[in-house]
Amino acid sequence: MATATAGRLRIPSEANTAAWFFLAPALALIGIFFFLPVAAAMLLSLTDFDLYGIANPGNTRFVGFENYSRLLRTPDFWLALRNTFYFAFVGGPLTIAVSLGAALLLSSKLVRFKGVFRTIYFTPFVTTLVAVAIVWRYLYHSRYGFFNYALSYFGVGPIDWLGDPHWAMPAIILMAVWKSFGYNMLIFIAGLQAIPEELYDAAAIDGASPFRRFWSITLPMLSPTLVFVTVITMIGYFQLFAEPYVMTQGGPLRSTTSVVLLMYEEGFRWWRMGYAAAIAFVLFIVILLATLVQFRLQKERA
Amino acid sequence: MGREGEVVSELIPAFERQNPGIRVQVQQIPWSAAHEKLLTAYVGEATPDIAMLGNTWVPEFVALDALEPLDARVARSSDVVRSDYFPGIWSTNVVEGITYAVPWYVDTRVLFYRTDLLAKAGYDRMPSTWAEWRTAMVRLKSGMSARQYPLLIPITEWPPPVILGLQAGSTLLRDNGTYGAFSQPQFKKAFDFYIGLYRDGLAPALSGSEISNLYQEFERGNIAMYISGPWQIGEFTNRLPKSLQDKWMTAPLPGIDGPGVSLAGGASLSLFRRSTNKEQAWKLMEYLSRPEIQLQFYKLTGDLPARRSTWRDSSLAGNRHTRAFREQLDRVVPTPLVPEWEQIATKVFEHGEQAIRGRKSVEKALAALDSDVDGILKKRRWLMEKQKAGSR
Amino acid sequence: MTAITSGERANSAGRRDRFIRALLYALLVIGAIMALLPMAWMVSASLMPAGEASSFPPRFFPTRVTFSHYVDLFTRLNLGRYLLNSAFVAFVVTLSSLVINSMAGYAFAKLRFRGRDRLFRALSTGLVLPVQVAMLPLFLLLKNLGMINTYWGVIIPGLASIFGIFLVRQYALAIPDEMLDAARVDGASEFRIFRSIVVPGIVPILATLAIWTFLATWNDFMWPLIVLSDESRYTLPVALANLAGEHVQDTELMMAGSVITVVPVMLVFLFLQRYYIQGVMAGSVKG
Repeated sequence: MATATAGRLRIPSEANTAAWFFLAPALALIGIFFFLPVAAAMLLSLTDFDLYGIANPGNTRFVGFENYSRLLRTPDFWLALRNTFYFAFVGGPLTIAVSLGAALLLSSKLVRFKGVFRTIYFTPFVTTLVAVAIVWRYLYHSRYGFFNYALSYFGVGPIDWLGDPHWAMPAIILMAVWKSFGYNMLIFIAGLQAIPEELYDAAAIDGASPFRRFWSITLPMLSPTLVFVTVITMIGYFQLFAEPYVMTQGGPLRSTTSVVLLMYEEGFRWWRMGYAAAIAFVLFIVILLATLVQFRLQKERA
Repeated sequence: MGREGEVVSELIPAFERQNPGIRVQVQQIPWSAAHEKLLTAYVGEATPDIAMLGNTWVPEFVALDALEPLDARVARSSDVVRSDYFPGIWSTNVVEGITYAVPWYVDTRVLFYRTDLLAKAGYDRMPSTWAEWRTAMVRLKSGMSARQYPLLIPITEWPPPVILGLQAGSTLLRDNGTYGAFSQPQFKKAFDFYIGLYRDGLAPALSGSEISNLYQEFERGNIAMYISGPWQIGEFTNRLPKSLQDKWMTAPLPGIDGPGVSLAGGASLSLFRRSTNKEQAWKLMEYLSRPEIQLQFYKLTGDLPARRSTWRDSSLAGNRHTRAFREQLDRVVPTPLVPEWEQIATKVFEHGEQAIRGRKSVEKALAALDSDVDGILKKRRWLMEKQKAGSR
Repeated sequence: MTAITSGERANSAGRRDRFIRALLYALLVIGAIMALLPMAWMVSASLMPAGEASSFPPRFFPTRVTFSHYVDLFTRLNLGRYLLNSAFVAFVVTLSSLVINSMAGYAFAKLRFRGRDRLFRALSTGLVLPVQVAMLPLFLLLKNLGMINTYWGVIIPGLASIFGIFLVRQYALAIPDEMLDAARVDGASEFRIFRSIVVPGIVPILATLAIWTFLATWNDFMWPLIVLSDESRYTLPVALANLAGEHVQDTELMMAGSVITVVPVMLVFLFLQRYYIQGVMAGSVKG
């Protein structure tokens, strides 16, 4: 609405200039310190850049896809992939189930002090992972740890949580569920609040049981939220690193070595950076595929 | 690293007084992270002037061209007298004929054990052959309950299997350090012995981080023997109760047919090439190498001095716990001086774990280990061929 | 068929409700205990005399309360330094990223320029990229810039965040265009508009973003671990992991270290949870 007074609306080229001024810092930072390295990772993964290469770049060779083929032939890599999948596909649904349960509990009309409980349940999420991992490492001690002590009251024998290859990953999953469920719980609470009351009232009048109401109203209405939560939880869980680093160093028998931990070891401990870049890139592909699959599934359901 | 870092700070003021104008800053890192951190520092071009390096790391840093050659300085020095050092130890710092670090303290591994428990099993001294040692352990075990073990060797430590391999005559790597030799008969023999200890319940299959308190376990008799280094003398003295102080002792390692070799370990002081304070840094290195300072350091940390003359001092000669180390130091062998050693060592216990837990047979585990090691050394092979072809 | 009075029906419904309510509360309380138990043990063990945390059977309460481990941490082990490092890095990142991300978020929401939506979509693809892919080359890049082992090496990669831009944009979309256009017609510069109209209008989301960023930066582990080799620059999580490797025998000491690491973030969260929670829920309402 241009008027013939002192000012006027900006013409497009002026708007452009202003916009770039606002955007420049963020875009520059993200471009240089994120997108550029990601592109460079692809290049790096095609070389055998390592410690010798750091000393003298002339010691680096371009090796094409050899890092990838070696990766695919390395049992340690497949083990790391399997461990990561184990963590994500067991821990993920478990976390989501617990958070949904907590959200339902906290959305019930019969319950007061919602705020207090919500805060308590959310607390594990804000704690520092390293600090918590150290605490749980002691709680999991086969002799002096509290978990086995509690189990002994039920007559269950001491479990070597962090020392038994069968129990180490479940131990880490348990801790991850404890730590993360609060976050998804909040999202579910928001989602549940968005479901119109009338739907429930109508169903009650029709005589539907609470269980039926949950199945036919709550779940379908929550479906977009469920997909969102699943995607972000999975993406997060595929990046498992700190827990095995602090608690088990990837053991026992490499049963808790995740893909990211493997990448860290190869890249920052042994400095085989070309090889590690290949691992990182494979992780990226895996996450991308998993995300696409989930979106596709949700489209089909809707 | 470790306690040494804390203690060195105490030695610095005297040095600074004698050398006005030189200020020294000390930084500590735990052993578990030191290797990574020093390499990160190197890559980040943020290396210190001097660093204490585990002597198995020296070849790695030499390959990076990070260390200053020291032969000329050593020859001129009146404080660093090469002939006074244990030869086996000095040689771990010499790569292709050039000295890159000065041994600071020595480390080797011996047995720490409960004398009373061993006596109960019928031995008044530690056996010196594998066979006898094993028999002693079996007898110890028979007097123990289910969660007690004669010997503690954490499965995430590489020295035990490597030492046993060296005792059996294995060279660990072959062809000038370009291929693994772990499938060869010598190492296999040692490895069989090693795995047998776990399999027969003589050692618990625990990783290093699972032992919440070693000293309590030792005190309670849950463990009777432990292979470790000189720093434990101080720890055992301080952390075990007084009532136990006359019930523990050290002994050299048993070998196949008689006293065996152990690791030529220890730490060295190295000067980084990128240092801009080389003269002052060398002064500090000389200072720390003086026999009286070495003795002082020993008294503060329990780390054994690298100079033979210092061992004549009463504090060392008269200490019954260090005698085993003095004896062992005459029988030490270095690990292969290749930059990839740290990673290879990690692979040793990783594959060892597979065999310990019965996932793989000994043959398969060693074959897999060799295969991994060959892969790790691939770049080294290429570089050595390049060198031979004279493209350097 | 006896007639059931409405009073009786209400009674049985009331009893059933009370039973269900009791059940729900029981579940909630059990859940609360499980959520808090590890933290409670952490605090309790940090006050135990040395060695007591490895008793058998395990103790929950100390026989005697001692603060010696805390004293140890701050004197012998220099924890105060790490606390300061974490605080410094967290504050710098939080304040800077607030400015940077809000400007960009606003631009994407309200400034009309060519290619805006395409650029935003392209930027959003970054949300799917795991940050670990960037770490190796980023490390080499920072090495060449001389930023390895410096605070800046830790700070700079965290300054701009796609998620932050996303959040601000979402919120800023609700600002009425007419208000902005009127100001433009009045001759105000874009920056003036931003400062005087937009920022006051998006304060809630800024608060959320600030807390979010602060917590994420304080808790960040992997990147500081990679970048920092100088112990005096370690942030708390890295220092803690370091100590855990060195002092694996000293359970009580490590618990004290964990307490000190966790307490600041817990306080920030408890006092400002309204904004934090609002942010979580706002971030989830998307198309």
